[in-house]
Amino acid sequence: MSVPERFGFYLDPNRCIGCRSCVQACSECDTHKGHAMIHLDFVDRAHSIQTVPMVCMHCDSPTCAEVCPADAIKRTEDGVVQSARKPRCIACSNCVLACPFGVPKMNSSFDLMMKCDMCYDRSQAGKKPMCAAVCPSGALFFGTREEVASLRPRSRILDRFEFGAQTITTKVKLMVPRDSTELQVDVTGALEAVPEEDPFEEIALEGFL
Amino acid sequence: MSQTPQTPLEIQDRFGPHLNYAVGARLATEVEPERLVATHCCFCGQQCGVHLKVRHNQVIGFEPREDFPFNRGMLCPKGVKRYLQGAHPDRIQTALQRDPDAPGGFRPLPYSEAIRRVASEFDRIQSTFGPDAIGVLSGASLTTEKTYLMGKFARVCLKTRHIDYNGRLCMVSAAAANKMAFGIDRAANPWSDIPGAEVVWVSGANVAECAPITTNYIWQARENGGKVVVVDPRLTPLARTADLYLPIKPGRDLLLFHGVLHLMIQHDWLDHDFIRQHTVGFEALAEHVRPWTPARTAEATGLPEKKIRQAAELWGTARSSFLLHARGIEHSTHGVQNCLGAINMVLASGRIGRPHCGYATITGQANGQGGREHGQKADQLPGGRDLANPEHRAHVAKVWGVAPESLPPPGVDCYEMMRRVETGQIKGLLSICFNPKVSLPDSTFVARMLDKLEFFAAIDFFVSETAQHADVILPGSLHEEDEGTVTQVEGRVIKINQALDPPGEARQDWRIIQDLAQALGRPHGMTFHSPREIFDELRQASAGGVADYSGITYEKIEAQNGVFWPCPAEDHPGTPRLFEEGSWNPVAKGAGPFYFPDGKARFQAALYTPPAEEVDRDYPLMLTSGRVISHFLSGTQTRRIGPLVDQYPEPRLELHPRLAEKLGIEDGEWVSVESRRGLATLRAQVVTTIRPDTVFVPYHWGDRRSINRVTHAAQDPISKIPEYKVCAVRVRRASTEEREAAEADTRSSMQIGATRAAGETALGSGRLGQGVRPS
Ligand code: SF4
Repeated sequence: MSVPERFGFYLDPNRCIGCRSCVQACSECDTHKGHAMIHLDFVDRAHSIQTVPMVCMHCDSPTCAEVCPADAIKRTEDGVVQSARKPRCIACSNCVLACPFGVPKMNSSFDLMMKCDMCYDRSQAGKKPMCAAVCPSGALFFGTREEVASLRPRSRILDRFEFGAQTITTKVKLMVPRDSTELQVDVTGALEAVPEEDPFEEIALEGFL
Repeated sequence: MSQTPQTPLEIQDRFGPHLNYAVGARLATEVEPERLVATHCCFCGQQCGVHLKVRHNQVIGFEPREDFPFNRGMLCPKGVKRYLQGAHPDRIQTALQRDPDAPGGFRPLPYSEAIRRVASEFDRIQSTFGPDAIGVLSGASLTTEKTYLMGKFARVCLKTRHIDYNGRLCMVSAAAANKMAFGIDRAANPWSDIPGAEVVWVSGANVAECAPITTNYIWQARENGGKVVVVDPRLTPLARTADLYLPIKPGRDLLLFHGVLHLMIQHDWLDHDFIRQHTVGFEALAEHVRPWTPARTAEATGLPEKKIRQAAELWGTARSSFLLHARGIEHSTHGVQNCLGAINMVLASGRIGRPHCGYATITGQANGQGGREHGQKADQLPGGRDLANPEHRAHVAKVWGVAPESLPPPGVDCYEMMRRVETGQIKGLLSICFNPKVSLPDSTFVARMLDKLEFFAAIDFFVSETAQHADVILPGSLHEEDEGTVTQVEGRVIKINQALDPPGEARQDWRIIQDLAQALGRPHGMTFHSPREIFDELRQASAGGVADYSGITYEKIEAQNGVFWPCPAEDHPGTPRLFEEGSWNPVAKGAGPFYFPDGKARFQAALYTPPAEEVDRDYPLMLTSGRVISHFLSGTQTRRIGPLVDQYPEPRLELHPRLAEKLGIEDGEWVSVESRRGLATLRAQVVTTIRPDTVFVPYHWGDRRSINRVTHAAQDPISKIPEYKVCAVRVRRASTEEREAAEADTRSSMQIGATRAAGETALGSGRLGQGVRPS
């Protein structure tokens, strides 16, 4: 069985509210109960409330699989990059270091690399992965192309990422504003982006202080 | 005398809070559930649908429930992990009686003996001091059936005027304002009207954390081309992505509404036809807001004039809109007036009673809506009827089979009840679903009052901070151990389905109440056999009232996935959207869509009064309090669920770096925040996302880190809601002693509970350190 072709996974960090429902639900998934595979981080809590969820992007040519010396990571026909196969994984952490999105996690108590597999048992059956099922902001969305087209008229899809010299295309799509001109996400460039405006700039401390 | 028997640590060791994590069948991957129970979350007013996986009388996990139209599978972290409140090591499974020599200060008591003891104490107090000497505190997380029964129990069985509920801390300002302006208290629209609105205005509502599912509705409006305006002293997750964010000074919301209305009038952004046909009082209001020029509004609200003008233009020129507010404007000594100010803006625009044109308060508690309609409120009878109204009394007395004169007169709000403990008018107390020691303001006073009672009985499933003061604790039921209805944020009546049987000697709450009535020898009207029977009587009692449930049945709720009240007949589908043109209601009788005899809505010249406590030299900062997403209300449940505690382990005081620098405070440092009432010690979180003149602390904790030791018990004169959202404080580095005390409280609140199988008793088993905290 494979994930039906009509379904896709769409990520819109702009919508994220940092609620961590995805993290809490991820650890309820039957294949890795008690362990959340999704990452959810503040960008810089001291200066912003912005958070970003990170699922496996399911790269068309996955770096993790390319660097794996034990051939433990498989990308199935449907484009899903599977978690390491236990009999093969030698817990070398190459994939953890190499993944440009920082997705795989080394679980030292099992000596096994674990990563998001789009809740393969669920998505194969046409069910939503846990994170996308519960996400209350729509930052994580699993559905058909038609649904995305009708629900997100102001957004468009981007699936090219630049990490310095490396360009990656992915199965998971990023949603960006329709009127933006970018053709790919310049991830390294974004790290130097200027912070948001300060809405409290004009507010003085109370006179009594 | 009701007094906490032992040191906090001894009680904590025995009764928690301990953190519960998934173990055993809850962690195993190959275990299949016996059945999936379609029900709802137990926490907030959104009432998300969820499937509980049940096996061996234990909930072992959840499955998204996509068929329920409100949340379509979505959940916040509380909804995901709520199942861990069951089979919890802290769960009380027998009645408990105070005993200073027993571990934790309580010893188990056979259930029937406990019931007899409570009844005889209540009887003794009432025969000595009169019926009003017993007070009843109830809650809005109970099913509507239970809230109805609590009201009936107080009025018919105990015959006391002293009953009130924790919705007093939550929905009452909006409820009073809605009644004054519309003649009815309910969200005017279903949430499905939000995505099509051109402007969504959110005032004083941290939607992302307190009503998470609403986020998707608002983002959908934006996706459809709408604009989002957020008014809040903190830059909340929603505010970050809003089109316009107004960082208002706490307690000044009404002035912004006045200022916007002033500009709407100046620019003639008004719906004159609507105002003429459907409202009264506009002229007087226009006069009232004339002084609120943008310059003056800016000065008073602490907002830039430019942003006020932008907001007014967005609101004024929109063709469709949805205004939402919540506790941010309601927790105020002029909370009712704040809500009226918001309603004025809506009525002047004429954008209500149509698709994509709406207004609502975001009700906080699970049954915040249903829980305020059917008679557990001090002045109220079922069906939204008034206890002071002779016709209303007659109707309900007839359903109850009692003489109208036998019903007591209206009582007082829950805080006033505490003051009546002080004056000796109330000597005995029964509480259920309410943790006033954590949730009421100026809580050291509340703790003293609990200690002053001659006799205090609490119905609870965990020994909450309040129950620690009880003489007898009766083991009640968790949400998943009973069935019944709840009315969620939109006014949709939904069905809670039972997944488990209560463990040990624990009982469904309605059975406990009826057992008490029986033991008191006053069983009249307290002999229901099921929640369904209670609901059927409630339908009759509400018939013909504003909150008319008479046409709602369990079957219809099931078939339609919820029924919006009013629903006056069995062939009536319910009323998702109020105030539609040409709609009929029992007050206007066809004269117009609003619930007054002339069918017209009321503009109210809402009166601004400053917060009860302004900053001064001694207390130069404003304190505002609120919630975080992974905890709920007083934390009785969520502080016992490991993954939710891990997400937000301890309360933090948020302050702006400019303020932190001035005070010499660093991120993560222990600070003490102090008011004229009291002091709390917690760690600082230095963030640029809050006004520099304001500090924020969430209120879910009960020990020396509890911010309600600091907050002010000043109340709105109409709704009696306390002013949680602003009072004057000072903040400094904590002393060594204060820090050590707070650190000790933090440590003791983080102990992991022993694991045990369902059904095993909590008493007498080893407790600590045996659980596994997953990585
Ligand atoms: S707490 Fe509210 S938003 Fe969260 S899952 Fe429960 S009902 Fe839904």
